[in-house]
Amino acid sequence: MQSLDMAATDLREVNATLQAQAAQTNQTEWVIENPRGSHAVAVGLDAPIHVTVKGSTGYYCAGMNAQATVHVQGSVGPGVAENMMSGEVIIDGDASQYAGATGHGGLLNIKGNASSRCGISMKGIDIVVHGNIGHMSAFMAQKGNLVVLGDAGDALGDSLYEARLFVRGSVKSLGADCIEKEMRPEHLEILADLLTRAGADATPEEFRRYGSARKLYNFNIDHIDEY
Amino acid sequence: MDKTPQTEPRQSWTFSREVNAEIRRAAATGIYDIRGGGAKRRVPHFDDLLFLGASMSRYPLEGYREKCDTSVTLGTRFAKKPIELKIPITIAGMSFGALSGQAKEALGRGATMAGTSTTTGDGGMTEEERGHSEKLVYQYLPSRYGMNLHDLRRADAIEIVVGQGAKPGGGGMLLGQKITERVAGMRDLPQGIDQRSACRHPDWTGPDDLEIKILELREITGWQVPIYIKVGGARPYYDTALAVKAGADVVVLDGMQGGTAATQDVFIEHVGQPTLACIRPAVQALQDLGMHREVQLVVSGGIRSGADVAKALALGADAVAIGTAALVALGDNDPKWEAEYQALGTTHGAYDDWHEGRDPAGITTQHPELGARLDPVAAGRRLRNYLNVMTLECQTLARACGKSHVLNLEPEDLCALTMEAAAMAKVPLAGTDWYPGKPGF
Repeated sequence: MQSLDMAATDLREVNATLQAQAAQTNQTEWVIENPRGSHAVAVGLDAPIHVTVKGSTGYYCAGMNAQATVHVQGSVGPGVAENMMSGEVIIDGDASQYAGATGHGGLLNIKGNASSRCGISMKGIDIVVHGNIGHMSAFMAQKGNLVVLGDAGDALGDSLYEARLFVRGSVKSLGADCIEKEMRPEHLEILADLLTRAGADATPEEFRRYGSARKLYNFNIDHIDEY
Repeated sequence: MDKTPQTEPRQSWTFSREVNAEIRRAAATGIYDIRGGGAKRRVPHFDDLLFLGASMSRYPLEGYREKCDTSVTLGTRFAKKPIELKIPITIAGMSFGALSGQAKEALGRGATMAGTSTTTGDGGMTEEERGHSEKLVYQYLPSRYGMNLHDLRRADAIEIVVGQGAKPGGGGMLLGQKITERVAGMRDLPQGIDQRSACRHPDWTGPDDLEIKILELREITGWQVPIYIKVGGARPYYDTALAVKAGADVVVLDGMQGGTAATQDVFIEHVGQPTLACIRPAVQALQDLGMHREVQLVVSGGIRSGADVAKALALGADAVAIGTAALVALGDNDPKWEAEYQALGTTHGAYDDWHEGRDPAGITTQHPELGARLDPVAAGRRLRNYLNVMTLECQTLARACGKSHVLNLEPEDLCALTMEAAAMAKVPLAGTDWYPGKPGF
């Protein structure tokens, strides 16, 4: 186990050390002590290492993560795991706005709640939120799966593309072109896998599925009220 | 019998034939006009400025013999590896998707031969442009289409796009006919749908957030490469000051003539400021912060010649970027395709439906047969030639003003032909020592 103490080590050195780990490194277990709400902690990692962050972080924790597992034992600020490519990011606490924004792959597992615009423009990432999510979540979401064990706020999935949204609780309102869809066996299978990977205490049958009505995919003046 | 004299048929200035045609088009289709090509209305521009040249009080440099340096370094503030350019003219961001792969390759080839940089666009980095661009600026856009860690780390600079001159405050739309399998794959979207480019970034909302975003990008790229911020010509003083505050190495300022972005005609013609009006406020902001020449200013929007380049530099820019002019150099709107332009209901020079993908010149298209019309090697050579001509023209004017480096050009080398240009450029109206708003008058 390698330790990086941010009380004594600056951000640049912390990130540079983690970014320097090669794919075949033997030093796969890392701990970051005293993050003290720092921004841009553990960003741009690209090796199959496991990083435990002992405390809460600021903006963009684990931004653009690839391959690595980053486990935050606290809460995170805006933009956690933004544009994540692969790997896994686990948040024990809550996440602020834009969690998983534009993520291309990997799993973002938020044990608490996520604020507004969770999964905005997601492009293939899987996001599991054990609590609730805020308004305008999955706005313009393109690909991937957003699973919410709690409730969703206003305008869920506004201007949605092909991402799949699964919500166990209530949805305050759906955004433009987002509709409830039939839960077919293949969706139950996807959901069961995600719930297992995220360690969630729920069964797929408890969820409802939402997706794009695909009415806004090509401009049509007859849909002017939706624009 | 003599015919009774009649009033000549008189067209309305307010309801001109052009205006009426647009009303009829809107009534028939129910949708606003979308196009590229930038603002077509006449606005005060570099043509309204003149160089004074050397005289009794200043001596010129000998053309072709006495050196006039054109090299520029961008990104000296924080980056470990600033961009070294041989000429002060760069290629502006234009996406693969909007442009064909051949066109992107040609831009890379031409820019590299001329010793300058080219820039990606919405949709990500292609092998064509990375492979043929010695210096490639990677745009970081709201949509983040194709954005990935690997490409970010092989960029020579990162340009965070806040706005574009053609549409400050607006997003974009790539129509479904240009969303081929390859374009769709790069953008993680279904093939054939209209693809929306968002108008603002998904994970930050103001200059304070942007400062943290820049920190993240620098941490990901090890503080190696410059970070540019591109803004449309909206509030150039404050936008520049806030970009500096947010930590930019370079500010790219795009006036309303910036034309390669397709959007609504009403947006292009009615939002934003002319390029000429943007430069002095931006330079003033840099000077007020003690950052002029430390944070470099790149100006774009309607740059066409070495004279435009020299005038932008004289007003305080460090470099310029060209988009539309580069496409014309590649072969866009060439009269040799006139029959095809006519078939599309337009004519060469006026073709601006770049978003529709039917470009006869094979530049703004994803159609394989049209795209194949553009030979990237020959087109790259044309761009190289054009960049060289612009550079020679700029040097000629700088030497005539007695400058051994093009960046030594200054406002005192200029006068203005119109009151408007004098006010915007803050240089005297020709024949006077006065410009509107000059202190003490």
